[in-house]
Amino acid sequence: MGLRNMKKISLILIYILAVYIVFPNNAYGMHIMEGFLPFNWAAFWWIAMIPFVIVGVRSIKKTVTEHPSLKMLLGMAGAFAFVLSALKIPSVTGSCSHPTGVGLGAILFGPAAMTVLGMIVLIFQALLLAHGGITTLGANTFSMGIVGPFVSYGIYKGCQKLGAPLWLSVFLSATIGDLMTYITTSFQLGLAFPAASGGVMASALKFMGIFAFTQLPLAISEGILTLLVINILSAYSQKDLGFLGIFTGKELPTRKQGVKA
Amino acid sequence: MKPIAKNGVLLVIVAVLAFAPLFLARNAEFAGADARAEQAINTIDANYKPWFKPLWEPPSGEVESFLFALQAAIGSGFVFYYIGYAKGKHVASKKGQT
Repeated sequence: MGLRNMKKISLILIYILAVYIVFPNNAYGMHIMEGFLPFNWAAFWWIAMIPFVIVGVRSIKKTVTEHPSLKMLLGMAGAFAFVLSALKIPSVTGSCSHPTGVGLGAILFGPAAMTVLGMIVLIFQALLLAHGGITTLGANTFSMGIVGPFVSYGIYKGCQKLGAPLWLSVFLSATIGDLMTYITTSFQLGLAFPAASGGVMASALKFMGIFAFTQLPLAISEGILTLLVINILSAYSQKDLGFLGIFTGKELPTRKQGVKA
Repeated sequence: MKPIAKNGVLLVIVAVLAFAPLFLARNAEFAGADARAEQAINTIDANYKPWFKPLWEPPSGEVESFLFALQAAIGSGFVFYYIGYAKGKHVASKKGQT
């Protein structure tokens, strides 16, 4: 994908956001339903997912063997995604959707680890709740377990580099990661079902109307909840977070003082 | 502001975000289904038939909400177990220092 395409796409994204702020749309936002991707696309996303899962398993193994004490924290990050994706929250558009909860784990353990944890959550929901699906697992893992966490991680690191305060980095990272998950879902559906007139983009926009606008307030909620957990962790789990390099040397002393006071 | 107060304020914001829509969009259905995307697919390609059915579907809305509640309970159970565990360890290590 060339730079020009990227520019085009980002312009279109801005346009869509503007459109949906003006014309809110009754919409539901969820994962792609079982059987609702044509076979070729379902296979494509499965294949695209596999390398990330392998890297993710390796990354988790590495973290756990280097710091066995982090197992509990890893379980907590997985459990956080588990809770949040069970909560279908009403949105201003008059329908419901749920957050993903993968931003927290991506900040703590890196994005690849969350690919694996996100996939586990999706398998549970596909098999027991008929929510999402096994044939669409590849596509859903790609949006929630790969794009979401990688975007979260990138934004978190970027904000930290720019010297943003921890709370802002965490909030932006989780919020935008959540939104990107649903924007990815829209593109996946758009690619699989191009509109007769306008093609892939036109139908991606249509699906974005369904998925992204509903998600906006939920994404903000997810950002706040992630921040809340990070606040608690920074009070009680400084040692674990130290292993993970969450706080730069600059942050740690001020945080410690804050807790003692 | 104390950490607890800060987190309290954050929780209130989340609660408002979650419940305000119920008052703002009173007449909406709040159907949480994925039906809307299905409809959209149908308007784009009327001939598309899902080629795979879920292996198992919860037999009723009650069973489904039970399973969702279970998922949330298991998840939050572990999250709060961890927070308690971390706090306990933190307090113990503080005592050890003095």
